[in-house]
Amino acid sequence: MSAMVGSGGYAKAAPDNGTMMQSAAEHKGCRTAAKTAHAGCGSRTSQGDLPSEIWEKVKKHPCYSEEAHHHYARMHVAVAPACNIQCNYCNRKYDCANESRPGVVSEKLTPEQAVRKVLVVATAIPQMTVLGIAGPGDALANPAKTFKTFELVAKAAPDIKLCLSTNGLALPDHIDTIVRSRIDHVTITINAIDPEIGAKIYPWIFFSHKRYTGIDAARILTDRQLQGLEMLSERGILCKVNSVMIPHINDQHLVEVNKAVKARGAFLHNIMPLISAPEHGTVFGLNGQRGPSAQELKTLQDACEGKMNMMRHCRQCRADAVGLIGEDRSAEFSTDQIMKMGVKYDLATRKAYQDRVEDERAVSVVALQQELTQFAAETSAIKVLVAVATKGAGLINEHFGHAKEFQVYELSTSGAKFIGHRRVDVYCQDGYGEEDRLSTIIRGIHDCHAVFVAKIGGCPKSNLIKAGIEPVDQYAHEFIEKSTIVWFRSYLDKVKSGDVQHEERGDAAIRQGALISAA
Amino acid sequence: MPFKIIASQCTSCSACEPLCPNVAISEKGGSFVIEATKCTECIGHFDEPQCVAACPVDNTCVIDTSLPRYQAPA
Repeated sequence: MSAMVGSGGYAKAAPDNGTMMQSAAEHKGCRTAAKTAHAGCGSRTSQGDLPSEIWEKVKKHPCYSEEAHHHYARMHVAVAPACNIQCNYCNRKYDCANESRPGVVSEKLTPEQAVRKVLVVATAIPQMTVLGIAGPGDALANPAKTFKTFELVAKAAPDIKLCLSTNGLALPDHIDTIVRSRIDHVTITINAIDPEIGAKIYPWIFFSHKRYTGIDAARILTDRQLQGLEMLSERGILCKVNSVMIPHINDQHLVEVNKAVKARGAFLHNIMPLISAPEHGTVFGLNGQRGPSAQELKTLQDACEGKMNMMRHCRQCRADAVGLIGEDRSAEFSTDQIMKMGVKYDLATRKAYQDRVEDERAVSVVALQQELTQFAAETSAIKVLVAVATKGAGLINEHFGHAKEFQVYELSTSGAKFIGHRRVDVYCQDGYGEEDRLSTIIRGIHDCHAVFVAKIGGCPKSNLIKAGIEPVDQYAHEFIEKSTIVWFRSYLDKVKSGDVQHEERGDAAIRQGALISAA
Repeated sequence: MPFKIIASQCTSCSACEPLCPNVAISEKGGSFVIEATKCTECIGHFDEPQCVAACPVDNTCVIDTSLPRYQAPA
């Protein structure tokens, strides 16, 4: 099996300051360079209602800011292999380089190897701003390795934000160390607050030198998770809560979880679909437990949306993922390779690069604002979903046949709202499209009225039209939000004039199988 | 002198290593091994053998039946 490499790599290397943004722009087919003169006003617009000190923490964190995830990359280092609980959706024996989901890595690292990897990646990908430790076990079940890694990285690369992910069982024991280590962000996975429900998800935990099972195990875990969340909130550390949506087990209950974590100060809630297939060898995979459909997931996320932000751009990435969210360049940075690659970590170069990214972001925000003012006097009850093929930077810049996923936006007269992404197996390999891949894509974006692409072939175009999805390629390399709003305005005009009959679309499927080779 | 780790089932996750009260566990050739002469089945330390309780794969840390059971000193 060949390794999975993101085909849409951003800047492959960071040469001198003057040329690097240009090379990234060319690589991405980005046209914003000529427009940067308009930048400067409006970059704060995406701050929304956030207080400045929180915006400073999240604006370059691709997981905590949906808007940032188009521009900034993250990496995970797999220094924490041990876990202290067992989940029914996890099987630690299974590992495959072509598989992308939490708990899966190709090789584990020592803290010293991890720092080398961070510096190599920071050199190659100057917009990599966040280092996370997310397993493949539990970051806090391996406290010595986790905190040693953070200590070494903080010294060697002080501009990189530190982030950890945990099931929360050991969290209350490590709060002071987390604060001392200057960890900005902590993610806790909380799937239930009712031990009866928790017992259906966690067969056992290992706590205080004992293995607990059933309701006792779930009760201890829940208590420790909520206690840890409260302690972190009190200390001003931003907390994200991850929850796995498991139909008929915790789907309804997650509304209660949402209230409970909101009350304890969580900043962001990320409800993710269960990934479950028999070939993963998990309890849920083997007993036929299904994951939710796209519509079921969106309905739950919408029900939880209120005072707390909902994260909808999570790709449930590997514990050794590298790159923009949605691309995985981990295979480029294997331990063998990082020992051979050069390190030229330079704070000034990285800052200059990131300042240019900020200018790009500002242009995109201004463009959207201008389009939205056209809607000022207009209101319509119509909402439609559209799919977008993108390689990042907030642009429609991916070929339909090369897209590994589509980003989905909900369009209404109040704007374009990112509501999620749909993974699709690569439709085009070696330039040939295949019929069954096309139907996979159509199933994955079946709830969308249109699909925005940089380019599309004649055959898939006509099949999409047959399936009721309009292929749109006239906004190639333009901003996503602005272009989709322009399209939506003309859609509404056509509905008004009677040229088009507005119809609701159906549901869509969330892909469960292994991601196949993209290179 | 009793517990052993079945190498073909070991995920090499290292969960057992720091838990062993006798420092009998170490990594060798990609999986973890228990030094039989050091293992005390956790008798006198904990209610249950720590490697067994923490291991994510059932029946991977098992009694080595080719060896006599550990006898706590009188």
